[in-house]
Amino acid sequence: MENQLKETCLNGCHRSLGATMVPFAGYDMPVEYSGLDAEHTAVRTRCGLFDVSHMGEIKISGPQATEFVDHIFTGHAAAMNIGQALYGMMTNAEGGIVDDLLVYRLAAQEWLLVINAANIDKDIAWVARQLKDYDVTLSDCCADYGQIALQGPDSERLLAEALGIDGSDLGFYTFKTLADGTIVSRTGYTGEDGFEIYSTPGIIVQMWERLIAAGVEPCGLGCRDTLRFEAGLPLYGNELADDISPLEAGLGMFVALDKPGGFIGCDALRAQKAEGLKRRLVGLEIEGGATARHGFEVLDLDGAVVGHVTTGYNSLTLGRNIAMALVDARYATLGTSLQVRIRRRTVPATVIKKRFYTPNYKK
Amino acid sequence: MSKIYYLPSHEYVKVDGDIALVGISEYAASQLGAVTYVDVPEEGDELAAGDEFGAIESRKAASDLFSPVSGEVIEVNEELADNPRLINNAPLDAWIIKVKMSDPAELDGLMDESAYAEFCKKQH
Repeated sequence: MENQLKETCLNGCHRSLGATMVPFAGYDMPVEYSGLDAEHTAVRTRCGLFDVSHMGEIKISGPQATEFVDHIFTGHAAAMNIGQALYGMMTNAEGGIVDDLLVYRLAAQEWLLVINAANIDKDIAWVARQLKDYDVTLSDCCADYGQIALQGPDSERLLAEALGIDGSDLGFYTFKTLADGTIVSRTGYTGEDGFEIYSTPGIIVQMWERLIAAGVEPCGLGCRDTLRFEAGLPLYGNELADDISPLEAGLGMFVALDKPGGFIGCDALRAQKAEGLKRRLVGLEIEGGATARHGFEVLDLDGAVVGHVTTGYNSLTLGRNIAMALVDARYATLGTSLQVRIRRRTVPATVIKKRFYTPNYKK
Repeated sequence: MSKIYYLPSHEYVKVDGDIALVGISEYAASQLGAVTYVDVPEEGDELAAGDEFGAIESRKAASDLFSPVSGEVIEVNEELADNPRLINNAPLDAWIIKVKMSDPAELDGLMDESAYAEFCKKQH
């Protein structure tokens, strides 16, 4: 049976703009408006607007909120300032990734956690199970917030011109809360400068309409994926999963293995680091015109399977076929020659850096 | 005078005598977006109607290609290797394979132009 798709507060806006809609993580979401390539280019060169209201929001508050966030999160929450955001993961006891998320320190003991749409139910159940020894309150705020992402080099100017919001005082991975409760965060998932804005559904719809009226390109999930991929940013379900560790995924810089008290999964990850990783996420450059896509096998030169492709595209910015792949660590050295099975053929591939595009973040 | 037929999977076959040109429809090309690659069979391959004979890729997706007819692949459109976007520019001219049909009666089971137009309308 097909379940009824959920709609974000912007569903009517997408339909009036003629978006192609697809089911994604249980939501009816726009995959493209004018076309993936044009939207991708708009974000790299000017500015694009995404509906990311499907993302989940949970709040953790109470006397032990910060201690609790440090217990479930790979980053060091207690070391963060109010107004700071941090990317990291929740890991299970084996060190596998429950989800990757952004945490926002709203107040000394109040935290906003922004989680993947596909994992909302799993994450809330997971977090609830860890609560027992902590004096904290967990609130599901998914329905309270709409969310848009304004991304691209012109974002700061359009934020001011179309919405009257000054973002110039925000550094990368900081945020501010406006008088009406709107959260404006200098973060994103495209490899460009930009802002993610959380507010009530009513305010989010107004902001969307003003930004579109100001000429910002509406952008769908199609280019959201190609943009994040070029910037080497992982997607849960592709590069990340319950049985893949942040170290294997190359996200060690977001894992505070030495923070006081550790976190769930910390011991397993320390052991994994000490023993040496068995798998690593790498970048691949694929020879020829065919694209290596999610799930395709990666082979050594003798034809033995040594891993699989997690995401692959014909990169618009680079004009080449590139991929991210999770491979046996023995084949992860830059320059290693491998092969990828694409339908009936095996195609030569070379291990390259997985940050294919150098991000242009505001520092 | 050639006649054109379609499969529900959006391949067309243009027929002149027992020679068939197989490609993808205008509707399919517009849905795919800019074509980045066409995976084609070898000349001399024998196909049965309904066989997968290759794939067509855009940035968005890879779609398998199915042969509307049975027969031998007598030519592959070499131009597509260097310029796959010919399929976006003029899908009905940018055929992918040329097949010498072994059973032209198979065409009776395919959609003609007006039936296919009706079929596409129902896709939304």
